[in-house]
Amino acid sequence: MDDLKTFLIDKVLTFESDTLLPETEKVLQQVRREKTNKPVIFVSSGTSSVIAGSEKTCSAIAAYIVDNEPAAELVHVGCTGPATYEPLVCIQIPGKNKLFFRNITEEKVEPLLNGVFHNDINEDDLAGQTGTKGFELWSGIPFMDELPFFARQKRVILGNCGCYDPESIEEYIARGGYRAYIKAIRHYTFEEVCDIVERSGLRGRSGGGYLTGLKWKHALNTSSNARYLICNAKESDPGAFTDRTILESDPHRLIEGIAIAAYAIGASNSIIFMRSGSEHAKNRLQKAIDRAREYGLFGHNIYSSGYNLDITIRVEPGAFVCGEETALINTLEGKRGMPQLKPPYPTTAGLFGKPTVINNVETLMNVPLIMQNGPEWFRTLGTERSPGTKVFAIAGKGRMSGVVEIEMGTTIRTILEDIADGIKEGKEFKAIQLGGVSGSFITAENLDIPIDYEDLKEKGIGMGAGGFVIIDENTCMVDLIRYYMEFIRNESCGKCIPCREGTGRMLEILESVIRKPLNEDSGTTLERFKGVMQLETIASVMKDTSLCGLGQTAPNPFISALKNFRDEFEEHIFDRKCRANICRGLRTFSIDVDKCTGCTACAARCPVNAIYGTRLQPFFIVEEKCIGCGICFDVCKFSAINVK
Amino acid sequence: MLFTIQVNNKKIKAEKGETILSALNRNGIIIPTLCRMKEFTPTGACRMCVVEVEGRDRLVTACSQPVEEWMKIKTHSPRVITARKTIVELLLSNHPDDCLYCDRNLNCELQRLAEELNIRERRIRGRKIKPRLDQSSPAIIRELSKCILCGRCVRVCEEVITATSLDFINKGRETHVGAAMDRDFNFSSCIHCGQCVLVCPTGALHEKHNITEVQEYLNKPEIIKVIQYSSMVVYGIAEELGMRYTREFDKILNTILRKIGFDKVYKTGTGTDVCITEIASQLSDKIVNKSDTPLYISACPAWVKYAEQFIPSLIPQLSTVKSPQQITGVLIKTLVADQLSVKPEEIFSVSATPCMAMKFEARRDGMMRKGISDVDSVLTVRELARLIRLYGIDTSNLEHEPADEPMAGRSSSAILAEVSGGLAEGVIRTYHYQKLKKEPDKQIFKKLRSGGNFREITVPVGETILKVAVVDGLTGLDKLRSSFASGKKYDLIEVMTCPGGCVHGAGLPFSPSKDEIKNRAKLVYQSDETEAINLPCKSPSLINLYERLLKENPDISDKKIFFTHFEKRNVLL
Amino acid sequence: MSTDLDIILKKYKQGKREDLIPLLQEIQDDLGYLSEEAIVKIGGFLGLSTTKIYGLATFYDRFRFLPSGKIQISICHGTSCFLNGSQSIINKIKEETGVLPGHTTRDGNFSYEVVSCMGGCCNGPVINVNGQYHTHVKAEQLPELIKRLKYIIEND
Ligand SMILES: Cc1cc2nc3c(=O)[nH]c(=O)nc-3n(C[C@H](O)[C@H](O)[C@H](O)COP(=O)(O)O)c2cc1C
Ligand code: SF4
Ligand code: SF4
Ligand code: SF4
Ligand code: SF4
Ligand code: SF4
Ligand code: SF4
Ligand code: SF4
Ligand code: SF4
Ligand code: FES
Ligand code: FES
Ligand code: FES
Repeated sequence: MDDLKTFLIDKVLTFESDTLLPETEKVLQQVRREKTNKPVIFVSSGTSSVIAGSEKTCSAIAAYIVDNEPAAELVHVGCTGPATYEPLVCIQIPGKNKLFFRNITEEKVEPLLNGVFHNDINEDDLAGQTGTKGFELWSGIPFMDELPFFARQKRVILGNCGCYDPESIEEYIARGGYRAYIKAIRHYTFEEVCDIVERSGLRGRSGGGYLTGLKWKHALNTSSNARYLICNAKESDPGAFTDRTILESDPHRLIEGIAIAAYAIGASNSIIFMRSGSEHAKNRLQKAIDRAREYGLFGHNIYSSGYNLDITIRVEPGAFVCGEETALINTLEGKRGMPQLKPPYPTTAGLFGKPTVINNVETLMNVPLIMQNGPEWFRTLGTERSPGTKVFAIAGKGRMSGVVEIEMGTTIRTILEDIADGIKEGKEFKAIQLGGVSGSFITAENLDIPIDYEDLKEKGIGMGAGGFVIIDENTCMVDLIRYYMEFIRNESCGKCIPCREGTGRMLEILESVIRKPLNEDSGTTLERFKGVMQLETIASVMKDTSLCGLGQTAPNPFISALKNFRDEFEEHIFDRKCRANICRGLRTFSIDVDKCTGCTACAARCPVNAIYGTRLQPFFIVEEKCIGCGICFDVCKFSAINVK
Repeated sequence: MLFTIQVNNKKIKAEKGETILSALNRNGIIIPTLCRMKEFTPTGACRMCVVEVEGRDRLVTACSQPVEEWMKIKTHSPRVITARKTIVELLLSNHPDDCLYCDRNLNCELQRLAEELNIRERRIRGRKIKPRLDQSSPAIIRELSKCILCGRCVRVCEEVITATSLDFINKGRETHVGAAMDRDFNFSSCIHCGQCVLVCPTGALHEKHNITEVQEYLNKPEIIKVIQYSSMVVYGIAEELGMRYTREFDKILNTILRKIGFDKVYKTGTGTDVCITEIASQLSDKIVNKSDTPLYISACPAWVKYAEQFIPSLIPQLSTVKSPQQITGVLIKTLVADQLSVKPEEIFSVSATPCMAMKFEARRDGMMRKGISDVDSVLTVRELARLIRLYGIDTSNLEHEPADEPMAGRSSSAILAEVSGGLAEGVIRTYHYQKLKKEPDKQIFKKLRSGGNFREITVPVGETILKVAVVDGLTGLDKLRSSFASGKKYDLIEVMTCPGGCVHGAGLPFSPSKDEIKNRAKLVYQSDETEAINLPCKSPSLINLYERLLKENPDISDKKIFFTHFEKRNVLL
Repeated sequence: MSTDLDIILKKYKQGKREDLIPLLQEIQDDLGYLSEEAIVKIGGFLGLSTTKIYGLATFYDRFRFLPSGKIQISICHGTSCFLNGSQSIINKIKEETGVLPGHTTRDGNFSYEVVSCMGGCCNGPVINVNGQYHTHVKAEQLPELIKRLKYIIEND
């Protein structure tokens, strides 16, 4: 092991020429498991795989290997992206292309491996093959990158994800890792690195799209005896899992990105600010950092460059808002995570009052690649104004879900129809929601907008950090808005009045729209209507006056939904109908006299005593009294209750 | 550097580095603020001060945004007014409709904003936070439902008082202001200085009211009702009742108090003179005994509690002399009771003060004799003004009446005690006079009267050189500490909790400006300048007390009643 | 317990304010919650007022001031899980346990919290019971699950 370390340091990391020696390449191929004479089984081991049961799959595979194929090796790799296929198992028979099998739960392991090792492959579980030059291909089996899910993607920053063991620094180095960093600290000045990144046109991927190189320069040009680089891995959005996937699948590239960024601004301290509850990702990252330290990539006078850098992980203690940069700084300083007034911006006075750059995980993932391939290469990707790629977490009602990467300029339709393969269960499409709790909706007529900061902005849509939620006809827009508002109401820090009080009031008004009051008369309709009138004022004042991005963007989903789905709101308000049949308060319940056995269970549980009847006779619901709570529906063992 | 900016289509001059708000105010343009406190860095919590700046997507807060040359500002455009109005309406939607019963009725910043913004309809409704009333503290009541979370109290308590007894608890709509572990206030490290009350814009924090209790006793014919008031009360009442202060105003106040129904009216100042005299003799003992440790003046009850809980090692160095209020109080319950031939429990003794902590002090263990408290009820200046209004007293044409002996007179040193450093000055004067039979040169005290939270002087008294330090506001303790660390020694140290001293007491009118406080101090210094009797030992009341009354009264001739004791407190720090 | 606390405190020799959150996190990991004793002690150690520490800790959702239940359930209420019906799971658990999220039942058996996206969106609603994930959860399954868990605790 130590031999390999010395070899990698001498022949790869500090090797001055860009092209490595042929004999070095040979060793690297081994490290990358390309030239191997034993079967290798790769199992993806990200959180989404674990949730789908990959741990059990792994134990089954390990047991199988012990019993049947002692020569075979089991490798945990990161996430390839298609969460729908989890647990995903990939098998490499020496000399042949890799084969991918989907949804391999533990009971499928034995038949699957029996098949593969005896040349009798079960096509049902097969996802596809990936080709490596000089390897024998499997006939009649599609290539993974031809599957619609992958074909329209451009996996650049996710290029390593799912391909290597994230806990192995050797493999990362064998894939070209850390060379850009060593080169930067040994051959470039701080300004030069900033310049390269600025020229690449890389923009912050957390949503705002601010030029990364420019931000770095602000910090670099503020004179100070200390500077900080913070990687914002808070990933607050309730529907997003891209950062976590990256952390779990390719921690080393992130660390390299952080190290280069830290160097660019002359920081000797870097911090990764992680979301809580991602133990798996945290452990991976910690291991990766420890390995990088062993390789001398952190510490004093790194690789004789005269540069010192340290890196620490800090886990956020649970507040959405502390993803906001000034709140994040407060959290790191041991204070309540409440946002602060800007100016001063963190690049002038950030952590402990020192110039601080805060960058998103995805932003930093681009950095090693830009340093490796040059800014011109980066500009060949994506559009003029938004070069590069963008990672999205596809969730919701699409047929496929998972983490995907597309080139900027790809249309939303491509993601929806090709990559996500349309809507599940043949349902009708309703909208795409970009940008999570602060994002807006994209309806059918806007599906051809290309993903590009400016194009989206023209339509009043924010790119967001990577949430891509597919919504079908079964979703009630009013209820969804209520959900977002409830989330934001709970997560408002409470510092400023418009956000603290405004989110609460907006939520209450929305709740009044989807609930049935105890007695409905014209007065309550009017009240409800007045409430809705207030919604728009409150929303615009919140946008106009809130202190931080949370409050400023909190009304976005509502404003966007009202614009696009006004009729649905009106139905709820005036007709008291929910077309998606979601809003429990607006449903009508009745008892089917033929099925009811008169067991009394429902009447006993109805909170408003709306159910009457005589024991062992059919019961009935007094509609005027019923508040639509649905308890009777849940308790009836004879399916005698109908919902409309 | 001055430059021009455009405001509401007119040009005004602005200075580089200042905020929009300061530029506007200097040019006579008023915009509402709520969370802002002068002399503190802005937090931007309330968003009341928003203005429209051309070229900005959103409104900006004038209290925090520095002016820039290119700015075109609108301060009262429809967009701005809607925003401000909606913000206040949002606050009101979560506010109890309690104005008529509220401590701050007609004197409330929120109420005033609602009025100024012409809010005439309840447009936004919704669930309100659960009311919570904390009456556990002997001095301060918290009505959490009236709190608008401006954070002023939190900042004052941490940054000015350094007790850090308050913070925000929870987040979002659950946020409220509270003490450690969200316990009631009596468990907390609050030292009852009341500075938080003084800055609170609403009725969320106010003093514990004792008016009803006082009124009740005023109706009891069998009880002797007495009141003592300190010099600052005289200024404070004039301010609070909107009357012009004159040197004779205390005589008018005496008349008013008697009209209300007090049988006897005394000056706390006599007690202050006692206090000064006794501390001076403790100082003298200390010098004679060549003791190395300083003597800390303990007249400020908030400071005493602070020391008891945060620096218990200091307790032995605290002067055991009671505060002026308590000395006057105990004299009433002993001497006066004897003179009037009544039992002490037949006297109801009220103290009117500018201080909130005295409500707490009056309840201390060491402030009782045989189960009878030295002072029965403490009223702030605001409460006393209320009582005066309640009795409908026409203040325009009143007789001048003297206060009652034996506590009718005081020296000007007693009035000086209302400003930080004044008590120390009085003690030095007295000590100097006792030793050399003359007052020290006034010039010596110049430095003691200057600004800053820590001041020190040396005073030669014959052979000895007195080293004196004044901690003006508890932030000065840090400087005292570093002074000690650098090897300095002091004989006498005065600590006052409220910056500036009792002229900044929390019982005085709300939200005083720095200028107002300075003006009060100026009046104090003027009195010292113009009054004839500067030394306690020259005040006829004190002479009468020491030379005759105490001696005639074997019960108290040992002066034990003037002393108390302090002990370590266990509170959640 | 106090000895554990001392061991943890020793690791933060410098005792700076920015250590406060990691310190609280570590103590909570160890103790399961933040006791008043711990908070007071940390205050003394870092020279911070208890008020400040309590104010900070209550800001963040992850800190708790009472021990969690023997069975700790996390319910994902991220966007995907919401679209797949996590609200009814939350309602059901509230009904079954009779306590609010973040609270523990009186017998000390159950506590639950609502979290956002656990990372298994396509398998939602997802819940996690003492570290074990359950996918595609339906509200109807919960009473049975809770009964089973109760049985396990009672026979432990
Ligand atoms: C309420 C709120 C939450 C945020 N959460 C995150 C987050 O979870 N992750 C993130 O990278 N940025 C988040 N941001 C944006 C950050 O403040 C900051 O702009 C970002 O980390 C900068 O990274 P970039 O320049 O690489 O895009 C949030 C902003 C707000 C207002
Ligand atoms: S907008 Fe909301 S989250 Fe941001 S500071 Fe104001 S209250 Fe806090
Ligand atoms: S839904 Fe059923 S249980 Fe609920 S109120 Fe109506 S009748 Fe009663
Ligand atoms: S629970 Fe079902 S079967 Fe029983 S009385 Fe109600 S409707 Fe009838
Ligand atoms: S605090 Fe002000 S607005 Fe509130 S009830 Fe009291 S007087 Fe009225
Ligand atoms: S101000 Fe209006 S509400 Fe208040 S007492 Fe007068 S009439 Fe009544
Ligand atoms: S009275 Fe003084 S010590 Fe007590 S909370 Fe208010 S400011 Fe703090
Ligand atoms: S108690 Fe008063 S000063 Fe303190 S936050 Fe509330 S309203 Fe502001
Ligand atoms: S300085 Fe005066 S007013 Fe302030 S607490 Fe002390 S004694 Fe009271
Ligand atoms: S972990 Fe495998 S697809 Fe995400
Ligand atoms: S006064 Fe400016 S934000 Fe409160
Ligand atoms: S929303 Fe529940 S796992 Fe993602």
